[in-house]
Amino acid sequence: MVPLAFMLSLSLKTCNPATGACVMTWHWGEFPSEISLYHQEFITSLYFAAVSTVVDLVVSFPIAYWIAFYGGRRKNFFLLMLLVPFFVSFVIRTIVWEFVLANNGVVLGTLKHLHLLPSGFHVLGTGYAVMAGLAYNYLPFTALPLYVALERIDRRVLEAAYDLYATRRAGFLRVILPLTVPGIFAAFLLTFIPMFGDYVNQEILGGTSNTMIGTVIQNQFLVNFDFAGGASLSAILLVIALVGIYAYARLLGSRTIEQYL
Amino acid sequence: MSVVTSPEAVAPPDAVAPRRRRRWGRALLPVYSWLVIAYLVFPIVIMIIYSFNKTFGSMQLVSFSWNGFTDQWFKQWSDIPGLTQSFWLSIRLGITSTLISTVLGTMLAMALVRYRPPRFRGKAAFEQVIFLNIAAPEIVLGASLLGMFVSLNIGRGFLTLVLSHVMFSIAYVAVTVRARLAGFDRSLEEAAYDLGANPWTTFTRVTLPLIMPGVLAGALMAFALSIDDFVTSNFLSGSSAPFPVWVYGVTRVGIPPQVFVFGTAIFAVGIGLALTSIVLARKKV
Repeated sequence: MVPLAFMLSLSLKTCNPATGACVMTWHWGEFPSEISLYHQEFITSLYFAAVSTVVDLVVSFPIAYWIAFYGGRRKNFFLLMLLVPFFVSFVIRTIVWEFVLANNGVVLGTLKHLHLLPSGFHVLGTGYAVMAGLAYNYLPFTALPLYVALERIDRRVLEAAYDLYATRRAGFLRVILPLTVPGIFAAFLLTFIPMFGDYVNQEILGGTSNTMIGTVIQNQFLVNFDFAGGASLSAILLVIALVGIYAYARLLGSRTIEQYL
Repeated sequence: MSVVTSPEAVAPPDAVAPRRRRRWGRALLPVYSWLVIAYLVFPIVIMIIYSFNKTFGSMQLVSFSWNGFTDQWFKQWSDIPGLTQSFWLSIRLGITSTLISTVLGTMLAMALVRYRPPRFRGKAAFEQVIFLNIAAPEIVLGASLLGMFVSLNIGRGFLTLVLSHVMFSIAYVAVTVRARLAGFDRSLEEAAYDLGANPWTTFTRVTLPLIMPGVLAGALMAFALSIDDFVTSNFLSGSSAPFPVWVYGVTRVGIPPQVFVFGTAIFAVGIGLALTSIVLARKKV
């Protein structure tokens, strides 16, 4: 148990080298100054992650519902299909999205050829490209918790509702939906938080504008070597994530999220 | 009383009108679902197609336009030394960190399931940490590890990569194994003790075989996480870049087509393994 305890305490400790891992100066002023410098990037990240998460929830709910209720014997196959993107490296997936969205790439090039789009139309380098990439890359993280939640619904409860003359609509709105709320919340958490800190999509698809906070943190550490600044930014990011996690743990218990993995 | 005499009671509402709607729903949902699956698979198909694309001009870099079919890149898959090196580094890193995190994660899971607070202090804290490890953004982990290694004056390299990969996969292994341990019948172990087995024999001959599916699933997950990891590795790799970090590094200058060849090969192996396991699982049932 000793190496384990060491490991885990380490992972806790390293989570906040905030006020200067290099030298302990208790320089709290770092936080306000970093926030005032980079609040725009925080807002951009928040906006991109929120939009992409909502898109993912809306897109993946019907398919999760379909697999859970009508998947039958081929459930495992369909789940594998949901997981297919994970068999290609994350970075390569994002690069391929660059191909897909490129000005003269597979999609836009074809549409322009058919004169369905003006030739000056472009997606790459805009926030839309970043959001499309985020939504694609994290879709399985949303779909799987939703599937688990829907799968676990006791069919007898639903039948009871119908026996009590619930309409299909009422059965869905008053039985299925409330029972999937923990799953929706877990899906939200597992999608939103990684998206919030993501910078690969922004770097590859977003061009130089619409910088997200992950990019800033990476640059602070690996380009500017401003460790204190980068660390305080990532501490702020961690706090934001913790608020979400804490809210989840309070409402639904910390162990329940593991059931959705 | 009025329910009994009402017409709905004679003919349940399901019988006539909603049936049509259900059929409609049954037709629409599959179509929609297949569209989503197509959307998920589409970029991968693009990747595979472009790995057969000829390059344009003398620069051997992938281009957005289609220049004709070639299997040149599959034949010359190892022509980019940096890429091949980074790939083998990723494989070594994956195997090493999987072995370590599987052993440690299994131990952690057993401790969490078997011992309760009087004997195992801080159990709740451990569970919180596991939870945090899974839910916290990866960039925070990478950044703080880098901060720690820098302040401790530990040079970045294979060792720091292994340490960090073990760190993030341990939680996933623990969770998977614990799920398997939850339905474990302790009386089997007691039977082994009654028959004179010592703790080690009991563990290797009784406990381990029973939790093996969970351990294997955890190990596979750890390996997949390690191979695919970019964010943490990018912070910690230093001069030796694992596969995803190397690929990311060349996106600015231009991507050699061999990247897509490797992507296609990894995809083929992964999907092949997964399909086999599904087929095997179905045969068993």
